[in-house]
Amino acid sequence: MNAIFATTLFAPVNQSYLFQARQMQALSFSVHIPLVCFGIAFPALVLFAEWRYLHTGQLVFGQIAKTWSKAMITLFGVGVVTGTILSFEFGLLWPGMMASFGNVFGLGFALEGFSFFVEAIFIAIYVYGWDRMTPKAHFLFGIPVAIAGVTGSFFVISTNAWMNHPSGFVLKDGHATDVHPWAALFGNPYLWHEFVHMYFAGYVVTGFVVAGYYAWRYLQGNWSRYEQNALTIALSAAAIATPLQGIIGDWVARDVAQMQPVKLAAMEGVGQTSNGAPEHLFGWYNGQKVVYGIAVPRLLSLLAFHDSNATVKGLDAVPFDQQPPVNVVRFAFQTMVGIASLLSLVSVTYLYVRFRLKRLPATPWFYRSVVLAGPLSVVALIAGWITTEVGRQPWVVFGFMRTAEAVTGAKGIPVGYGTLILVYLGLGTVAAWLLVKLGRAPTKLSTAPSKGKPSGFIYAR
Amino acid sequence: MLANIPMIFILVGLAAYIVLAGADFGTGFWTLVFYRKGGDRAEFADSLHNTMGPVWEANHVWLIFILVVCWTAYPVAFASIASTLSVPLLISAVGIISRGAAYALRSQFAAAPKERLIDDRVFALSSVLTPFALGAAIGGIASGRVPVGNAAGNLVTSWLNPTSVLIGVLSITTCSYLSAVYLAGDAWRRADTDMIHVLRKMSLRAGIAAGALAMFGLFVLHADARPIWNGLTNGFGACLLCLSIASGLAALILVWRNKFGLARVSAALTVAAIVAGWAVAQQPRLLPGLTVTQAAAGRSTLIAVIVSLAFGAVVLVPSLALLFGLSLKGRFDTSLSVDIPPAKIANQTGNYASILAPVAIGSLLAGTAGTIFGSGWTQISGVLCLCLFAALGFVLAATPVDSLDVTVKQK
Repeated sequence: MNAIFATTLFAPVNQSYLFQARQMQALSFSVHIPLVCFGIAFPALVLFAEWRYLHTGQLVFGQIAKTWSKAMITLFGVGVVTGTILSFEFGLLWPGMMASFGNVFGLGFALEGFSFFVEAIFIAIYVYGWDRMTPKAHFLFGIPVAIAGVTGSFFVISTNAWMNHPSGFVLKDGHATDVHPWAALFGNPYLWHEFVHMYFAGYVVTGFVVAGYYAWRYLQGNWSRYEQNALTIALSAAAIATPLQGIIGDWVARDVAQMQPVKLAAMEGVGQTSNGAPEHLFGWYNGQKVVYGIAVPRLLSLLAFHDSNATVKGLDAVPFDQQPPVNVVRFAFQTMVGIASLLSLVSVTYLYVRFRLKRLPATPWFYRSVVLAGPLSVVALIAGWITTEVGRQPWVVFGFMRTAEAVTGAKGIPVGYGTLILVYLGLGTVAAWLLVKLGRAPTKLSTAPSKGKPSGFIYAR
Repeated sequence: MLANIPMIFILVGLAAYIVLAGADFGTGFWTLVFYRKGGDRAEFADSLHNTMGPVWEANHVWLIFILVVCWTAYPVAFASIASTLSVPLLISAVGIISRGAAYALRSQFAAAPKERLIDDRVFALSSVLTPFALGAAIGGIASGRVPVGNAAGNLVTSWLNPTSVLIGVLSITTCSYLSAVYLAGDAWRRADTDMIHVLRKMSLRAGIAAGALAMFGLFVLHADARPIWNGLTNGFGACLLCLSIASGLAALILVWRNKFGLARVSAALTVAAIVAGWAVAQQPRLLPGLTVTQAAAGRSTLIAVIVSLAFGAVVLVPSLALLFGLSLKGRFDTSLSVDIPPAKIANQTGNYASILAPVAIGSLLAGTAGTIFGSGWTQISGVLCLCLFAALGFVLAATPVDSLDVTVKQK
């Protein structure tokens, strides 16, 4: 019954605004993804600061934890609403995909929903609970926030990995039957590199954005122990995570080469299948090959297969109408790698000064580069997602359903897109204004002895 | 039977969303009303925000819960609903973002008066728009205006029709009522006599309005959505309708007698009974020509969803109970803030860096080799080693090595 409905009534429609629909979805993702990074990494950094406070009794760490936790709940609130919009858009823009495959990958989102619940509940208890419970109880209430931030993103990435490397079903008359949702989501070899890569990206983005703010304070001449310690914690997280992304990236590239060779070909602009393929820096893909680029012989084969003579599949392995837009994917990929290299340089400089000279860097140039690193890390993050998501085109469910087959038949996509742009502009203004205002005044943490008596873990009236 | 269980979860989620998030949306309506009256509007708005601040995000997640269960368990129905009702859903989405922004703006700081005015207006308007749009969407489903298919229904009349407008307006009124009762209970706990007086009056007015509108709505259903009317006036549906009416009246009496705690329960029961009544009246039809059983995903998906929901509930129910327990008892009140005792300074544990550093370097080397050259289990161990290095390296870099904070160079 179901299969008949899906095939007859969700047959592909003629949508003139497919491109706008994709742009609308991409815009919503780009707004939400940086907030996910904060969901992954920020609770752990806040808890680290609070642990330092409990451990050393130094008030400055308590101030950092308290101030950051307020920024954290603000970002979480914005993340809740932008995440809601994404779930709306799955139905509003891509009903064809939901009708045919909701039963396969939907479970990931159901599990993510529970993570979201746990995060929302404990983040409220944690942030509104400052000065209202024993310090130890307060610290413990933060732990579920950190765990749920990671599990929530894990479940969402499991559905994205499924879209890139679908399995766990049999396609019969345009409809998924014989569905194994657990295997489809968590038995997928594409999941793990994607999750680890994103998990480290969470620390890169959160660390550099937060550190960038305090570096800016340094340049403004505000450099108290509060700023010094806040910068040290945030920048340490980013500086450790960034160089490791290079090693993880090697793993990601080899998995992509194996499981999505066409995406790799688009990332590198490989027109024809060849042995001992060269790696091109910069340049432009003209439909056949990369022109005006710097070629490093055999490097691509070496990187993708750890064998300088390995065969790298070219875009010609599939018909033209199954190839992604090469230059978009390639440019996004090179942007990500380029920024990551610059950020690694900043990271290694920091770690060297930190461990060998046992101090913080003292030159203003270092702090200027950290200020820049904040927004650049967000650009690299979005470029990375463009690489994987545009590289998946023209498929929405790789190899099974084209994006054009998934799109809604409803009219008025440009109107919806325009509305959403305006709303996000407003949201961005508010968020920026808020965070600047928040960072300017460190929150007070009282020092006087307790007047209340604990009843259990919480202070009584 | 299996096919109906996720639907029961969806209905429970819907009732929870209306009761909990509804009380939250209603605060927006009341700030709008206070505009005209002037007076201590800012103070009023602040008190609303203080009550709702800790719980609004959790209340909001119910909507996501409904959506994800719907698209996993009833994918074709979800796709049909979302594509035909795209306009009201987009409107509610815009309202949800704007409200979220306004909440974020308010939650942690006191804003300047000018900023406050913009903020309050955005908050109030979006709080009215969102329940109307979501109510109108429900009206479209209830009156059978959402056919199966990709945007197969009318993009305008599917949500601008008598039933939709009725349920949209009823949503706004119900939210206002629930909100006033909820806030009155909170004012009672704080023994804030002025607020109790104001909110009690608001609760009674909104409650009577919502009740009258609901009664009038039955006639609209009679004319526009006959199957629902038939279902609500016969058999079990009629029992649920009577239960809803009875608990609605009881809630009003309880508000009148200043028993706000019980009034909250009774008002919640009113909503839950009418949601259940709607489901009973409409079953087994989900959309025209599509029953719940026909719409349901295959057995393995349904079992996976039900198992996840059951396990999720084990985590969720105590967590929600904890949050609402703290919130309803006023444990988050600003006036209750207790000065935190100074943390105990732990004994110096010696130079743990000398132990951690070699482990960190070892795991970095092993991790790099395993990740790059390994395959299968060696690669997995490599990645895990890298994660271990990240954790240790962070702790070493972020905590001063020699003494507590000498590594930060004083300028």
